[in-house]
Amino acid sequence: MKNTFIVFILIFTGTCAFGQVAKQKWDLPSAVVKTLDGKSIDTKDFENDGKPIIISFWATWCKPCVLELNTIMDEYEDWQDETGVKLIAISIDDARNTAKVAPFINGKGWEYDVYLDPNGDFKRVMNVNTVPHTFVLNGDKQVVWSHNAYAPGDEEHLYEIVKENSGK
Amino acid sequence: MKFPLRHLLPLAFVFLLINSTTAQESGKWGEIHGNVQFDAQYYNPDSAIGAPPVPEKLLMNGFTNLIYTKGKFQVGMRYENYLNVLQGFDARYKGQGITYRYATFDADFLTITVGNFYEQFGSGMIFRSYEERGLGLDNAMDGARVKAHVLGGVYMTALIGRQRSFFDYGEGIVRGFDGEINLNETFKGISESKLKATIGGSFVSKYQKDEDPDFDLPENVGAWAARATLLYKGFNLSAEYVSKINDPQATNAFLHEGLLRKNYNPGSGVLATLAYSTKGLGIVVGAKRIDNMDFRSDRNATGFNLNVNYLPALTKQHTYQLAASLYPYATQPNGEWAFQGEISYQIPKKSKIGGKYGIGLVFNYAEVHGLVNTVDEAGSGYTNDFFELGDLYFRDINFEVSKKFSKKTKLIVKYLNVAYNKDVVQGLVGYGTINANIAIADVTYKVASRHSLRLEVQGLWTKDQKDEGDWIMALLEYQWAPHMFVAVMNQFNYGNKNVDKRLHYPSITVGYIHNATRITLGYGRQRAGIFCVGGICRNVPASNGVSLSITTSF
Repeated sequence: MKNTFIVFILIFTGTCAFGQVAKQKWDLPSAVVKTLDGKSIDTKDFENDGKPIIISFWATWCKPCVLELNTIMDEYEDWQDETGVKLIAISIDDARNTAKVAPFINGKGWEYDVYLDPNGDFKRVMNVNTVPHTFVLNGDKQVVWSHNAYAPGDEEHLYEIVKENSGK
Repeated sequence: MKFPLRHLLPLAFVFLLINSTTAQESGKWGEIHGNVQFDAQYYNPDSAIGAPPVPEKLLMNGFTNLIYTKGKFQVGMRYENYLNVLQGFDARYKGQGITYRYATFDADFLTITVGNFYEQFGSGMIFRSYEERGLGLDNAMDGARVKAHVLGGVYMTALIGRQRSFFDYGEGIVRGFDGEINLNETFKGISESKLKATIGGSFVSKYQKDEDPDFDLPENVGAWAARATLLYKGFNLSAEYVSKINDPQATNAFLHEGLLRKNYNPGSGVLATLAYSTKGLGIVVGAKRIDNMDFRSDRNATGFNLNVNYLPALTKQHTYQLAASLYPYATQPNGEWAFQGEISYQIPKKSKIGGKYGIGLVFNYAEVHGLVNTVDEAGSGYTNDFFELGDLYFRDINFEVSKKFSKKTKLIVKYLNVAYNKDVVQGLVGYGTINANIAIADVTYKVASRHSLRLEVQGLWTKDQKDEGDWIMALLEYQWAPHMFVAVMNQFNYGNKNVDKRLHYPSITVGYIHNATRITLGYGRQRAGIFCVGGICRNVPASNGVSLSITTSF
């Protein structure tokens, strides 16, 4: 018990020290997700030809997630024209709802790249606690920004970050 | 079970941390990331709503994950604390410690993990190791896993280990193998075919010594599963079948002639869904039959403890307060037949009915029945007819309309008609089946570019004022993107047959968000209810007090 405590203190100190440099960019971690037609893809292979990428964790049952992705869809064409950004939507729906994901996306008319993460493998390495959680990657596929939760208007802030990282 | 690794690994971490912080710039020392969550609550006794005095007054659950990555090498750990555990969670979460640590090496076509890991085979009906923090569920494996990606489209996983049980590991050893082939990737000739097919199969077995002096119990319990997914244009058919040998355990014993009997029946499960979708239209139908499929690595385990598999509920997952937390369905692993259908349709933009922005419609129907079992003469098992439907466990007919009126105003209206067999779903006696109608309206109004107001009004009415009778609820939320929100809510049990229980449950929540950090502070009364994820539910007791929640990731 005493050892655990000492170890914890050490970790805590280390983490605080680390906090000083935590704001810097980090490489997108690797995990296996599935495409809607059943292929396995390593997240390391996400690609957008040197343009920024938005990664958004969502679920069919998550109201703010759906609101966020619906809102962005209204402006997605403009965003793509201006910055070349690509949005990758990671559904964390588990086996209860995975069959509903494709019809759901079609029903909403979303044009995002959608992947399934039914047991949370990618969610875990990205340290996502709750959905919606949105990340911005720069042209070198490094995570430069992330945001938890969604409120109307958040998409404007998100787009500012995308623009800052689009080299324009 | 304590072993030196538990202490050495964190020390190695500290070493890595110091190195990585001092040498981050060059990148050669790798990177550390993680997340933190704390949930604390201060409890006031409130006898009117049934909130008991809490001796500690203040309770807290918390965890911290750290992951260190360098190239193809990764180590990670989690520290958890329950001082003491929040009301409504299993009290066996007691104290603090390192509950999860692992090392993974990624070598081209092999990924090797030692220590703790999570994994799922197919839909999870045969094997799923996962965590659901809100439920207090964590059946992480502790052992070794090898994942192989050989030929194009062929994936194999082999694993062995014991499962987490609170601050210890269960007694049983779980072994499993899963193989999956994506035929279009494997066979070049059909790679461009419009018909896409994936097939897979699993074998899982658990070993636990039989120490029962009276009964002969299987020490090795094997289960197998087969699955297939076919895609053709807009169609998607997917099915899985699972079977397991007899495994008498605490959760599948049954009453016969007044005695609790050991259940020597084998188990089986089948889940099939067919989906069709095209732009603006989605249709999903599904059926599931479960018979004696509660599969655990310890035959004495109960609750959410030491489950080897996961049985998804084939019902709609609601999130609005009254629809989600009063009468939600929980999968009955000992036997059920479930059916579900859902149609979603988007009335096009700029059409006569759809208006400028279109209208979204979703209709969903789900029904669940029990099986009809006839106990055999020896009283050690039962027989049933595959297609025969027994008592109604649950029915949910629901309809949702969503419409955007202008750039500023959005509306969602929802109606549900629910039949809920409270005795079966909650394992109680004397409540019978509750029929409830639920209506919901949710309006969002954008006051200015980053300021919005949201109003939610809900009502729930039970037939003959059964159970707790009628409820109304209102929630008003003000959001100031990207940093702040304030929400006030009141739930009122105005139609309770018991006049003394016609109570208000007011609460206020304030939240601050900065990038990946979120802090929420709440004060008020919380109604007793049920919290479910994926068809697994826990009771949330009534409470009154202040709650503070902090989450961040870095």
